[in-house]
Amino acid sequence: MKITLLFSGIAVNCLVVGVGIMLAPASKAQNAGSLRPVESFQSISDKRARSVALFEEAGKVIQHPRCVNCHPATERPLQGMSMRPHQPPVFRGDAGMGLVGMQCNTCHSEQNTPVVGQADTLKSIPGNPAWHLAPIEMAWEGKTLGQICEQLKDQKRNGEKTMAEMVEHMAHDELVGWGWQPGDGREPVPGTQEEFGKLIQAWADTGAACPSP
Amino acid sequence: MVTFTLNGKTRTFDGDPETPLLWVIRDFEKLTGTKYGCGVAQCGACTVHLDGMPRRSCITPIAMIDGSDVITIEGIAGKEAEAVQTAWAGLDVPQCGYCQSGQIMSAVALLQMVPKPTDDEIDGAMTGNLCRCATYHRIRAAIHNAANAMEG
Amino acid sequence: MTIHDITTSRRAFLAGTGLVIGVAIAPKFLSAARTGVPAGGAGDLKPMNAFVKIGTDDTVTVLSKHIEFGQGPFTGLATLVAEELDADWSQMRAVHSPTDNKIYANLAFGLQGTGGSSSIANAYEQMRKAGATARAMLVAAAAEEWKVPAAEITVEKGRMKHAGSGKESGFGAFADMASRQTPPADPKLKDPKDFVLIGTDLPKLDTREKTNGAAIFTLDIMPDGLLTAVVAHPKHFGAVVKSFDDTDARKVMGVVDIRQIPQGIAVYGENTFAALKGRDELRIDWDLSKAETRSSAELAAEYIRHFDKPGLEATNTGDVAQAFQQPGLQTVEAQIVFPFLAHAPMEPLDAVFIKAADGSVDIYNGAQFPGFDQQVAAKILSLDETKVRVNTQLAGGSFGRKAQFGSPYMQEAASVYAAIGGDRPLKHMWTREDDIQGGFYRPMYAHKMRGAVDAKGRITAWEQIIVGQSIMAKADLDSTSVEGASNLPYRIPNLKVTSHNVTLPIPPLWWRSVGHTHTGFAVETFVDELLTRVGRDPVEGRLALLDAASRHAGVLRKAAEMADWGVTLPEGRARGVAVVESFGSFVAQVADVSVGADGAPRVHKVWCAVDCGVAVNPNIIKAQMEGGIGYGLGAVLFDAVTLDKGGRIMQSNFHDYRSIRINEMPDVSVEIIKSTEKPTGVGEPGVPPIGPAVANAWRKLTDAPVRQLPIVSIMSS
Repeated sequence: MKITLLFSGIAVNCLVVGVGIMLAPASKAQNAGSLRPVESFQSISDKRARSVALFEEAGKVIQHPRCVNCHPATERPLQGMSMRPHQPPVFRGDAGMGLVGMQCNTCHSEQNTPVVGQADTLKSIPGNPAWHLAPIEMAWEGKTLGQICEQLKDQKRNGEKTMAEMVEHMAHDELVGWGWQPGDGREPVPGTQEEFGKLIQAWADTGAACPSP
Repeated sequence: MVTFTLNGKTRTFDGDPETPLLWVIRDFEKLTGTKYGCGVAQCGACTVHLDGMPRRSCITPIAMIDGSDVITIEGIAGKEAEAVQTAWAGLDVPQCGYCQSGQIMSAVALLQMVPKPTDDEIDGAMTGNLCRCATYHRIRAAIHNAANAMEG
Repeated sequence: MTIHDITTSRRAFLAGTGLVIGVAIAPKFLSAARTGVPAGGAGDLKPMNAFVKIGTDDTVTVLSKHIEFGQGPFTGLATLVAEELDADWSQMRAVHSPTDNKIYANLAFGLQGTGGSSSIANAYEQMRKAGATARAMLVAAAAEEWKVPAAEITVEKGRMKHAGSGKESGFGAFADMASRQTPPADPKLKDPKDFVLIGTDLPKLDTREKTNGAAIFTLDIMPDGLLTAVVAHPKHFGAVVKSFDDTDARKVMGVVDIRQIPQGIAVYGENTFAALKGRDELRIDWDLSKAETRSSAELAAEYIRHFDKPGLEATNTGDVAQAFQQPGLQTVEAQIVFPFLAHAPMEPLDAVFIKAADGSVDIYNGAQFPGFDQQVAAKILSLDETKVRVNTQLAGGSFGRKAQFGSPYMQEAASVYAAIGGDRPLKHMWTREDDIQGGFYRPMYAHKMRGAVDAKGRITAWEQIIVGQSIMAKADLDSTSVEGASNLPYRIPNLKVTSHNVTLPIPPLWWRSVGHTHTGFAVETFVDELLTRVGRDPVEGRLALLDAASRHAGVLRKAAEMADWGVTLPEGRARGVAVVESFGSFVAQVADVSVGADGAPRVHKVWCAVDCGVAVNPNIIKAQMEGGIGYGLGAVLFDAVTLDKGGRIMQSNFHDYRSIRINEMPDVSVEIIKSTEKPTGVGEPGVPPIGPAVANAWRKLTDAPVRQLPIVSIMSS
């Protein structure tokens, strides 16, 4: 919308007001609801190619704003399908729990909390018992799926997890699971955590090959 | 039935369990120092201490706080609270005053955790509290004054 | 808010009702209801006149005809009274006066009202006279009792003394006797050189209650049996209810009733949450046939088309057309588009209605024109105006939002109260969404600027076209659209300013500093651009266009001196300057700016010089400059209310209508020019310069002039 065109210096970031507040980008909206089952990848005979394809399917989850928003590359989490910086401004702090006096639990609870009778664009405050930011070494914001893939396998950047632990984390971690139940007014990540866990397991089983960076 | 303590007294609530703590405090307990400003945890005017930590009461359903301890602006006490309120008066921080209960609740919580905060620590703890009169400049100074007085 | 066009001659009111002595003051506050604090003195209060009551406990209570929502009239008016009364500051109290368009008229308006940064300016002599009158009555009473000549009694810090007899007393002991004295016709006022309170940083009277939660605002009034109501409003301006289904809403626990009113659908609850939850469950079909369905972008495109049509002439000196024809000129053109702005005071609009046993109604609210509220409510409630009492409360900010001719908010609130009937007290409140989407915005404006600079670096011609809604709903020239441009302070030989009034279904309103919110930005960024285009320094270049003895030049030189203008700055920093007169006060600001880590402007420091005549309370003046800077900065950086394609309002709360936060607030230094001129306002004049000062620095940093506000979109912030 031209009315909100801004100064040229940072125009790239700020073309529009509003568009994207509620709407998902078209590319995300398509196929947003489902994940292909692991079995459907059997037709890919090349093991490495199959592994890459499995990870790319899992990438629909990993690169979804629901997940990336809390794997920011800066000190500040993101919000919404447009992945704008979190308002009010909050910062990583100790253990990703926020700064003193403005920790996540100043507003977030152990469960998603409905917001009643207020903004149409804010139907609930998300919550989870483990609500916090991923450590900076696990940042996904701005990275390609290939880069994220390599990062997941690098114990220096994955919380010292073995592949088995990584599979377990993806398949069963409660905070990861929040992505499928993000609360009223928020688009969930595709598929189910069980399907996602199977994709990651199959990816590991096929050699955990990564897409090109 | 939800049971909690409010400024040290045991209270119960058996209305709509979705009712935010803010409206329980105001409409049912008639403590009006805690304010409504946005209802969506953006402005901080409704800040209380929930089990000792700052919390936005407008997005806290009453059912969530069963067994918890709630302190409002009417119930704060201790050296941090005294230092903050004295410092606020010393600099005549409030203008319209509507947001100031929330500002003070956040400032007291900060000083309880960090007795001598830096400017950055003050900004970090206070970014959730809006003031449309923009008294921020004095809020920052008053928190430093309160910290110095406590050290004093 | 502005005093433009608001009736009658100041002289008539000074002569007629300027100081009403001996008027019986009987504000009939219901004892059951809680009224605003800080309360006046305790015990028996004796009226000395319409503005001063003295308690037997020695307290002096000033009845403030102006609403207190942060700009300090309680403290300021009490200072004026205390000065002439020779009271001690510790004995002073302040409360809101009752509503009375004559007794408590703003002498600049001719009716009771707060706005246009006029409280101290209009009341300066009136309140001093009220204090001097009370002093004379107290002294007369003491002279009678002590049987000594009144002229021999001295008063200092609230103590009356007679040296000869050794008699001494506070005010309280004589309050009753004094109230029965004949007031002097023309009490003598102090020579300003003898002031002991005016000009000092007296602590504010309302601070204590505002730090311990005790201050009572309208929202805090909680009579027994209170119903709370909210109204479902349309998301398009001009839309009306076609039909609605309240089946689910009525099932919500605590919902008492649902009624249609002209403004929408009112939901009544036993408590606030019940009303909010019930409103969420309404299903409403809105009729958009008369609604605004154009987007902000479409509106802007239409505004820009007006530039080529003949406009309403505000100023035309010299010959602009001819001046642009001269050879050897450099010309610069700019178009700037300003968005709609919501005021977003911390306390959204609200009002409480309580019916008395005799059928009369007390209204508790915090509005800038209580007399209008009284008239409007009386009409809607079918009561005589004398049966409606408007009890002004502390308000959580306003910035112009609560100053409305015809009181459209009260029309809604009173309609909600009238629709349910019955005897229960009722509170009507707006949520933040109602506030952001409720209209009465600073209108959208488009400016076209054209300037010419000759070979010697002199600005020879300036043409400015301003397109936007008329706040005063005028068909001809609206001075609020052009103020600050039509009276350009700079000496430019050929100057032409015209405007175009646009009519929209979106209600406009004055927003802290009114026309100067956009004219100040357009003028001060454009003059800066012209000066730097020909290599002139922004401060020196402006000073060359101003009389050296002018107050504009005075504050500009002071701000430059404070900032050490011209000093070598660290890499990545730039400074911008602006000077704007508004409401008779002159303010210059220098802003120190860099490009922040997020690519947005980071304002580190602002130096501010203000000339507002006599400084009654320097600390409050500084606070208003600080606050004005924050309010103005937040708006130019972040704020816009925009209409989507189809005309739907896109913003709704502070997550998408941003307010400046503490981490974005610059350090601010303020200096006040010493002056013996009559005091002028400070509530608004701090706002206009900050936007252009920051934009001028930003142009240096980025080589890109700011042509569209806000500078930062919510999407990047």
